[in-house]
Amino acid sequence: MAISEQRVILKHVDEPGYDPGIECYVRHGGYETLRKAVGMQPEEICRGVEVSEVRGRGGAGFPAGMKWKFLDRKSGKPIYLICNADESEPGTFKDRQIMHKDPHQLIEGMMVSAFAIQAALAFIYIREEMPQAARILEAAIDEARARGFVGEDILGSGYSCEIVVHRGAAAYICGEETGLIESLEGKRAYPRIKPPYFPAALGLYQCPTIVNNVETLCHVKHVVAIGGEAFARTGSPGNTGTRIWCVSGHVQRPGYYEFECGALTLGEMIHDVCGGVHPGRSLKAVIPGGSSAKILRADERFTGKLKDGTEFDWGLNDIPLDFDSLMACGSMSGSGGIIVMDDRVDMVEALANINAFYSHESCGQCTPCREGSLWMKKITKRMAEGGARTEDTDLLLSIGDQIAGRTICAFGEACAWPTQSFVSKFRDEFLAKASEDSGKRKGLRLV
Amino acid sequence: MNLRAETMEHIDATIPRYPHKRSAVMPLLHAVQRDQGYISNEAIAWVAGKLGLEPVNVYEVVTFYPFFRQAPIGRRHIRLCRTLSCALCGGFGIAEVLEEAFECRMGETAPDGSATLEWAECLASCDKGPVLMLDDDLHENLTEEGVRELARTIRAENAEGSDSSMTGNNS
Repeated sequence: MAISEQRVILKHVDEPGYDPGIECYVRHGGYETLRKAVGMQPEEICRGVEVSEVRGRGGAGFPAGMKWKFLDRKSGKPIYLICNADESEPGTFKDRQIMHKDPHQLIEGMMVSAFAIQAALAFIYIREEMPQAARILEAAIDEARARGFVGEDILGSGYSCEIVVHRGAAAYICGEETGLIESLEGKRAYPRIKPPYFPAALGLYQCPTIVNNVETLCHVKHVVAIGGEAFARTGSPGNTGTRIWCVSGHVQRPGYYEFECGALTLGEMIHDVCGGVHPGRSLKAVIPGGSSAKILRADERFTGKLKDGTEFDWGLNDIPLDFDSLMACGSMSGSGGIIVMDDRVDMVEALANINAFYSHESCGQCTPCREGSLWMKKITKRMAEGGARTEDTDLLLSIGDQIAGRTICAFGEACAWPTQSFVSKFRDEFLAKASEDSGKRKGLRLV
Repeated sequence: MNLRAETMEHIDATIPRYPHKRSAVMPLLHAVQRDQGYISNEAIAWVAGKLGLEPVNVYEVVTFYPFFRQAPIGRRHIRLCRTLSCALCGGFGIAEVLEEAFECRMGETAPDGSATLEWAECLASCDKGPVLMLDDDLHENLTEEGVRELARTIRAENAEGSDSSMTGNNS
């Protein structure tokens, strides 16, 4: 069955003849939404974003309009807008497509948002590993400034705002918004404790700050273009708009695919859109929202009640791809990174790989995370390399349980969830490691 | 500090872009590392002086972020993605090819100084794994044969161009 994409954000991306230059963007109707926006009242735009119910595309899925509503507008301090382009969650590569192939869409989305919140200055915090995207964005900002879309007196509105591209230096924790803010202030990216440091009140330089993901800011442009109510009718209730899903791992056609939220199931995505696993292989497990999301077993049944009270009884293939359904199944859609694993994968090896990532990326500020992520890495690596002990399985669970909920930021959960879910869902595989021939490492080497 | 004229120009243009000077620490460190190949203690003190900070304020940034280095590296910088999607597509096999071709382990510099091999965490191109970064350029859908060829080219260029071989040049 062929399912066709519903491209909104990626509408022109990969289109033959479409280039990242401003001429091309303007020729395709670019910056018309900014022209419309600066003719509106800023509050009107904020209301539209709220009504649209657009949720953050960076990982947490928090409603953007509500985030904006928390802005402290009475402090008299300057307001800052930060675009979080630190795309680093393993399995996620959507923001890269936007920045490389349609940078002006992001700039327009940012300027519409900056005008709506009346930002004094805007930043793009981009990860160091995307040097070309940083150069593309800088060139695009210069082009946009030359045409009056960025900088002084934007389109004659009297509103002025610059965009500064700020490069990170290979630290995943900068994707956490308060860690990002510390980093932008020129410090170690130690996340701040909330309360009191909610960025909307006490953000960059202790001023009210909004941090939004690349894809989210692009959505704001479309919300303003079609109106909040119309946007809210796309996707499914509470899960509005389209989303870019990134599929990687053991499928025949990995890639980025944009669909309205809830328009297809996880099974349709894997089997129809991505061509399923390779011939002769079978599906073993899926991580549905970046590597911190809890893993789903191919043969698992998911039962329970949705927010609206409807009961569900789904197999992995039946789960609708949106925010709430994956959450109801005990995992999350996170950053939209779907990692598919076939029957060659040894779950101990896979978890050891993920644990190596999180132990490398823990900022070291909170003891449970700094120590726990390292212990989980060391134990799973030893297990993968043939030194497993019977007690390791429960030890891993106990470490994971002692991290989640005990740290300043959500990295604690992000590093604990893989261990908690892998070990409980593939318990037999972990236990069996202890009795395996230690000299033999079967399957793919992942650590 | 003996920085190139264009580096100095870039640094002087960068600082006023931020409402607070301290925010320019990372951009300045990027500029210095690009110019010198690494960040020396002298550079740390210089950046601190430029921004009205104590050297320790800069030092703690240098030691926190994996991209900043305090020692020179090889002529080319190879960073291979270690993370799950790339590993599922054979990333560790690519690492073995690199180690053999450059006669050093991941995390080390080849004896001829042609390249330094490092692991990178997810490079956000997971649909085209395995991937690596060669300096600023992303190489995707790596095959073992393709990487052998890439290594041969890098080593040959290094042998030829020893006149321009600047330790740690990351441009």
